[in-house]
Amino acid sequence: MSALEQFRELMRRDRVFEFLVEDNEIIDVSHKVILYIEGLSVSFDGFKALNDLNLYVNDGELRCLIGANGAGKTTLMDVITGKTRPDSGKVFFGQRVDLLKRTEAEIAMLGIGRKFQKPTVFEFHSVFDNIELALKTSKDMLPTLFSRTTDAQMDRIDEVLKTIGLKEHRMQLAGALSHGQKQWLEIGMLLASGPRVMLVDEPVAGMTAQETERTAELLTALAGERTVIVVEHDMEFVRSIAKTVTVLHQGSVLAEGTMNEVQENAAVREVYLGEEQ
Amino acid sequence: MSMSPSNEPLQFQHFKQRRQSLLSSTFNSRSTQLFLLVLFVVTVGCSLSNLLFSPDHFLYVDTYTITLMGKYLSYALLALSIDVIWGYCGILSLGHGAFFALGGYAMGMYLMRQIGDRGVYGDPLLPDFMVFLDWKELPWFWQGFDFFPFAILMAMVVPGLLAYVFSTLAFRSRVTGVYLSIMTQALTYALLLAFFRNEMGFGGNNGLTDFKEIIGFDLQSDAVRVSLFLITALVLALAYLLSHFILESKFGRVIVALRDAEGRARFVGYKTESYKVWLFVYSAVLAGIAGALYVPQVGIINPGEFSPLNSIEIVVWVAVGGRGLLYGAVLGAIIVSYAKTRFTALMPEAWLFMLGALFVGVTIFLPKGVTGLFEGLFKAKKLSKDTTEGEPS
Repeated sequence: MSALEQFRELMRRDRVFEFLVEDNEIIDVSHKVILYIEGLSVSFDGFKALNDLNLYVNDGELRCLIGANGAGKTTLMDVITGKTRPDSGKVFFGQRVDLLKRTEAEIAMLGIGRKFQKPTVFEFHSVFDNIELALKTSKDMLPTLFSRTTDAQMDRIDEVLKTIGLKEHRMQLAGALSHGQKQWLEIGMLLASGPRVMLVDEPVAGMTAQETERTAELLTALAGERTVIVVEHDMEFVRSIAKTVTVLHQGSVLAEGTMNEVQENAAVREVYLGEEQ
Repeated sequence: MSMSPSNEPLQFQHFKQRRQSLLSSTFNSRSTQLFLLVLFVVTVGCSLSNLLFSPDHFLYVDTYTITLMGKYLSYALLALSIDVIWGYCGILSLGHGAFFALGGYAMGMYLMRQIGDRGVYGDPLLPDFMVFLDWKELPWFWQGFDFFPFAILMAMVVPGLLAYVFSTLAFRSRVTGVYLSIMTQALTYALLLAFFRNEMGFGGNNGLTDFKEIIGFDLQSDAVRVSLFLITALVLALAYLLSHFILESKFGRVIVALRDAEGRARFVGYKTESYKVWLFVYSAVLAGIAGALYVPQVGIINPGEFSPLNSIEIVVWVAVGGRGLLYGAVLGAIIVSYAKTRFTALMPEAWLFMLGALFVGVTIFLPKGVTGLFEGLFKAKKLSKDTTEGEPS
């Protein structure tokens, strides 16, 4: 780029100087979109995990991501939460906040929570402590060192425990919970951190039918107030919760729409659903 | 760990109270009270018997034993520093001897400057080894060490700074597990080689020794030896309380959380690297203080303290005592050090085999160490009592 072009770029009248933009971490969703993902590419040793992926997620939406293994679902979550840096592309939270410039902890503090594929909780802490550690408070070192649990926090923890149905187990070590309970606890930890966006990776893997049903209720109840993005293999489960489904294939979006639309889509039938039937 | 629903509310109330007051969790802990009581009784009792009784009295504790116990207590402080990062945070440092030795060297430099013109060569400013090397003036890094508070400060700042730089580089690059242990081992080995060199200006392989006085008091006198022992016990008690406070606080819970699931802690919003760095620095400072307390009592500091073997021995203390429990580390350091004193007197060449066998044995049969064994018995007893009282859920 020549100097003149750089100067023009700098002086563009439709933009504000970058250093003038207040980084006040207010998530601007005036256009209803909370997550903008544009032209995202990630490759690992030549393998393109994400290939020019574009995805827009509306505020308050419950979105399901489906796709075969290696379609890039987990990599996409890694990029959004700051674990993986993309080769190119943009990820914006609201209209202003550039997620690619932030660390994992900062992104979490901005309000993007994540549940891992394998339930990951703090096994040597009680259920209560797990929720408490996730609460939306200052997570810097000194405030944490001198922190006390306030009554308001106690109430909040109780509320979350009630929502995920683990109140009777609050004093139990998280490591002693069943697989399904751990999944719920992890969702509870997400809830406690008061996120705007929840990324939920395979929430019903290894759950019984009843547990799956309860999880579906839980996630549908959470959407609206928050944006929930679910990655799941279980097609029945996806059908039961999703309004909009995005199908990923080889690192890019193959189709998007309601479950029925997606299932009608010829390309999808061929690469993903077709294999199941 | 399950409990009956009927007594949960009461238990929860206790839990809630504890959680809401800042200091009570430290002072109300039964184990802390017991630890401090035992430490107080033993140290004060031994000190008084040394100073008050005549040597032929049957309760007399001789000065050699007092100094030996003082040495054990500084080892206990060192073990505590390892336990804080290994037991609670899962960072296995095989190079903590380096921080201990650096603290020791800071104290040793002060004690060297205190010798003044009473050295063999009688130089008022330069320590003997510098005269021997034909150095004309004091190197810049020896300046200020004639001032006691400065030396004490350096005994904490130098290990702390090294730990900060080292751990920042390591943790920010997300080095963990075995690789980190190997790096700490390399760190202490590099320092060992460096301190062996005469050109470094720390007395080469002879190290620093032949100390005479500390803040004007004769190091050989009984009163000073007892005082050093008491100060070591006091510092150990304070470090114990501070560590207990840190680890019982929410900060400590974050530490345990990131030990078990660092990714989760990171995605909950904790800057886990910073937590690890500062805990590592805290631990290194404790180790430095332990070194500073150790040197005046044993009367020598040499590069041997940097040897990787020493650092491994510290880890064995903690493993034997029971990691993840502060008093376990203290107990382990004292038990193994006492065993070492005994066995090296009987069969010096067999000690290393003993140490190795001990480590393997403890890892296989007592994964939670000696204290874990007691805790287990205690819990089993309590549990059987609970089940007879109420229906378990």
